[in-house]
Amino acid sequence: MAKTIPERKGPSALGVDAELARRLLHDMLLIRRFEEKAAEAYALGKVGGFLHLYIGEEAVAVGATSVLRADDYAISAYRDHGHCLAKGADPRRVMAELFGRRDGLSKGKGGSMHLFDRSVNFLGGHAIVGAHLPLAAGAAFAIKYEARDAVVVCYFGDGAVPQGEFHESLNLAALWKLPVIYLCENNRYAMGTSTDRALAQTEIWKFGQTYGIPSEKVDGMDVLAIREVVGRAVARTRRDKTPSLIEADTYRFRGHSMRDPAGAVYRTKEEVEREKQRDPIVMLRERALKAGILTEADVRAIEKDVNDRIDEAVAFADASPEPPDEELFTDIYKED
Amino acid sequence: MAVMTYREALNLALREEMRRDPRVFVMGEEVGLYEGAYKVTQGLLKEFGPARVVDTPIAESGFTGLGIGAAMLGLRPVVEMMTFNFALLALDQIVNSAAKMCYMSGGQYNVPLVIRGPGGPAAQLAAQHSQSMETYFYHVPGLKVVRPTTPMDAKGLLKSAIRDDNPVIFIEAETLYPVKGEVPEDPDFVIPLGQAIVRREGTDVTVIAYMGMMYRSMEAADELAKEGISVELVDPRTLRPMDVDTIIGSVRKTHRVVVVEAGAGFAGMGSEISAFVTEHAFDDLDAPVERVTGANAPMPYARNLEKLKTPSKDKIAAAIRRVCNANGS
Repeated sequence: MAKTIPERKGPSALGVDAELARRLLHDMLLIRRFEEKAAEAYALGKVGGFLHLYIGEEAVAVGATSVLRADDYAISAYRDHGHCLAKGADPRRVMAELFGRRDGLSKGKGGSMHLFDRSVNFLGGHAIVGAHLPLAAGAAFAIKYEARDAVVVCYFGDGAVPQGEFHESLNLAALWKLPVIYLCENNRYAMGTSTDRALAQTEIWKFGQTYGIPSEKVDGMDVLAIREVVGRAVARTRRDKTPSLIEADTYRFRGHSMRDPAGAVYRTKEEVEREKQRDPIVMLRERALKAGILTEADVRAIEKDVNDRIDEAVAFADASPEPPDEELFTDIYKED
Repeated sequence: MAVMTYREALNLALREEMRRDPRVFVMGEEVGLYEGAYKVTQGLLKEFGPARVVDTPIAESGFTGLGIGAAMLGLRPVVEMMTFNFALLALDQIVNSAAKMCYMSGGQYNVPLVIRGPGGPAAQLAAQHSQSMETYFYHVPGLKVVRPTTPMDAKGLLKSAIRDDNPVIFIEAETLYPVKGEVPEDPDFVIPLGQAIVRREGTDVTVIAYMGMMYRSMEAADELAKEGISVELVDPRTLRPMDVDTIIGSVRKTHRVVVVEAGAGFAGMGSEISAFVTEHAFDDLDAPVERVTGANAPMPYARNLEKLKTPSKDKIAAAIRRVCNANGS
């Protein structure tokens, strides 16, 4: 769990320097603003289908990605905007994908739930719950087969844990010693079903012990704690070629999707308000200010930069044309 | 040319492709130490070692998905289904992950994966282990589906499937593994996917069949030749993409069509072939297209009932006679 932050000033107080603090805050804010704009665009009818926002969970993707190398891989489920952006995808092309436009990452053919960016080793958003866990094991298998030292981070929700593929994947990854870090974002609800209504064992990290996988739990709202725990797992996985399981205790501030805007049927207002006090962005900002690593002016500059980039992403998506009709029939098969 | 069994032809194809490309590996239940439930992978562990001949636990969805993930990073897995019936456990991975990856990613990630193993009617294996499985796959854009009838096709088509950059469903037949035939030993011999073959030339009627039904139709054609009916036999070999041109070319020559399939007829391969023959060559037809299909029932165990389930030579011959005697011309 999260360490108590000592009341000291200066870089050592947070264990991060100003540059890193700035980057973490920037990347989390970028996702937050991106999601807020995506929600606006959805309300305006510019984004269709299902739209699942990552608001509240930003620390997980940003903290985890901050300890990865560029040649490491990430893969996610349908709530994938944050993971894809954190891995380095261009927000303009992600927004264009949400808008179903030609300049989207997948030329508008994937949409919100299927973001892929090969240029940053992002292996996609996959929308059948649990199905991408074996894919992550396969990517790790390929890394091992080719004797490389990259790792795969696989983000998934608590909703994937009761699926057979979670258990099949953990078993295969442990059995064959595959370099994959299974990172569960436990936001306590699979759509509207709380973990205690879905899991006989709600301490998800404990499932890893059954398979002999080093497993731990971390405060999913504390980006620095995530850096520490995931960083440890990445180092071990890279060195020993063994999988890891991490359960991040997090919370989504919005509903399951835009069709569940309030998320109020299955959880209380009081609970949501209480969890919002753990806002990962506010927490990092306050701690960095308090420690004197960042100034108010620094924070304002970060906010301005993020707002500019997201405004630019929306303008880019708006300006991008719809994919031409021919795209219906391209990419069904890879041609020789 | 060498004479070998269908099983040996598959084994040779695997060996040649593994020697040719280090990215090719085989994976599945009992493929290594046990040398394959049907011995298709016999000797591979010894030649290529456990890194490339990977025994899996019983977890079809898990290891199929693992193969797909490995293929996304550029490996070329050949995943064995001990029998294709078990592929239903991996149907989500095949349909939602493998088939759609290229499309959903706008062409960024493709899945060069072969899933192979025996399917179709077998000997008294009853309802869960004896059924035609191709129907579940050929409906899906993004997949290719192969059913190789002869040892030569087994080798040439499996090599093409392994070299293909897309997911290929390659369904063999338990009953055909011991069948012998001539097979080119040239490691560069391949048969392109999507090419049908005319197995017997004839002038009166086109019979379209594959796998066991092709052999049975051949026997029916021999019998009918004595009655003066000249049967042309066309084997599609690849069901998706289907070689429509070869089939239509034969129909334009004979003007009469019988489609034979082992699986249940409702929405089967015969329905699709019948539909495109009607669409492309209606004016060339002298009689309605006739289908001879497996009964619309699960596969029974009892020997007598099992025999009734799958089209017999006599049933096929009767359909051909009916079509030839139809008075349309």
